[in-house]
Amino acid sequence: MGLKRKDVLALAEMEKEEIELILQTAESFKEVSTREIKKVPTLRGKTVVNLFFEASTRTRTSFELAAKRLSADVINISTSSSSVVKGETLLDTARNIEAMQSDIIILRHSSSGAPYILARALRSAVINAGDGAHEHPSQGLLDLFTIKEKKGGIAGLKVVIVGDVLHSRVAHSDIHGLKKLGADVHLAGPPTMIPLGIEQWGVKVHYRLEEAIAGADVIILLRLQLERQGKGYFPTLREYARLYGLDGKRVARANDGVLVMHPGPINRGVEVTSEVADGLSSVILEQVTNGVAVRMALLYLLSGEKP
Amino acid sequence: MERVILNSVEIYRALTRIAHEILEKNKGSKEIVLVGIRTGGVYLAQRLVKKIQEIEGESVPIGELDITLYRDDLAHRKESPVLKKTHIPFDLNDRKIILVDDVLYTGRTIRAAMDGLMDLGRPRQIQLAVLIDRGHRELPIRADYVGKNLPTATDEKVEVLLEETGEEDRVVLKKGTDKESTS
Repeated sequence: MGLKRKDVLALAEMEKEEIELILQTAESFKEVSTREIKKVPTLRGKTVVNLFFEASTRTRTSFELAAKRLSADVINISTSSSSVVKGETLLDTARNIEAMQSDIIILRHSSSGAPYILARALRSAVINAGDGAHEHPSQGLLDLFTIKEKKGGIAGLKVVIVGDVLHSRVAHSDIHGLKKLGADVHLAGPPTMIPLGIEQWGVKVHYRLEEAIAGADVIILLRLQLERQGKGYFPTLREYARLYGLDGKRVARANDGVLVMHPGPINRGVEVTSEVADGLSSVILEQVTNGVAVRMALLYLLSGEKP
Repeated sequence: MERVILNSVEIYRALTRIAHEILEKNKGSKEIVLVGIRTGGVYLAQRLVKKIQEIEGESVPIGELDITLYRDDLAHRKESPVLKKTHIPFDLNDRKIILVDDVLYTGRTIRAAMDGLMDLGRPRQIQLAVLIDRGHRELPIRADYVGKNLPTATDEKVEVLLEETGEEDRVVLKKGTDKESTS
């Protein structure tokens, strides 16, 4: 079986089998990245376009490396250097790119739903690399991959997601993916940052971190979006760090062998202490390594002939 | 309609002969490694390694190669074929590789396998062992060790069934009703 879709826009709309196929495919690609010659000819002649309307180093580089290791041609377009500053609409920019025979377009945009507009209008496959506060499916998938690789499976694990769930597209993708694969998902954070009614997604909400962490197998920390800090979601960074920052003492309440994850970039001393971020439980850098393999899998699975 | 080409005893004998031929041609098992092409070739490579061990008393390194990423028909497929793992736990540089597959047909799989191996290192030599050579080559490729040469028509299908996949060991030739072929 293959993916039943032209685009990958959100984990919420994917079936469990599709997610499992992506994770399984990524396992094979991880091996490619460990070779001396980190390149296979699979996507030779295909054109992949990174269209980024928001700053990003990790995700853009990860997609770029993934495409290059598959021998695709890659171009990067970012807001500052594109015609967007001249007033061109998103759709016009994308249509012009497609007129140059692109095969896959990877879009990051500050508006939730932007990739859907492109997916409907274009023949190219579209991969959502983060849209507003909606979803970031490739990050969700690499989190799933990392958990599965380290823990041998996902079903039945207690996973705690900590922090700004309200603004975090990573959290949204993680929750959908984890629930589909059978994890027991808990959220912890300040009440202002946990959306009301999110229990309907089948998660349990805690406002005290200690209570959430007890017996956890995996702790996923979310980045505190400091650019939004002016909006008064919590009083001070110091208070946030004191109530929700992960330190060694708090990690000790979790199960043995707990994984500490973070999508990056880390605000050291706020979401997590350096002791934990660089400690034995941390798999933060492995997430980055796995990101390339997962994105190679996505590019590979979406590169077939269009139905 | 299906006809049995080799039964389990005949497969056993063919593999025993190939193992001896490999040892004869390479003057022992010192420099050789076996690499099976997923999935059928892997099981045959395992059996050959066991036989070589029985004959020479020395174990030979074995690897598994998935050639999907090197296929030449990827741009024309509707669906992406399922990927399996390549696992070659040794250095290929300067080794003599015996590539093992179940059926040799167009030669395109072997071309892909050779490209895959070259990306992993620079072997001194690549030799090819197959259980069945059914003809109809589309590339200038030949096998060094052949279990059985089997003249076929292009609408026929050759299946190698092995105990490792829960079947009774046998090779069968099927009159083609569908266009799909195993190799």
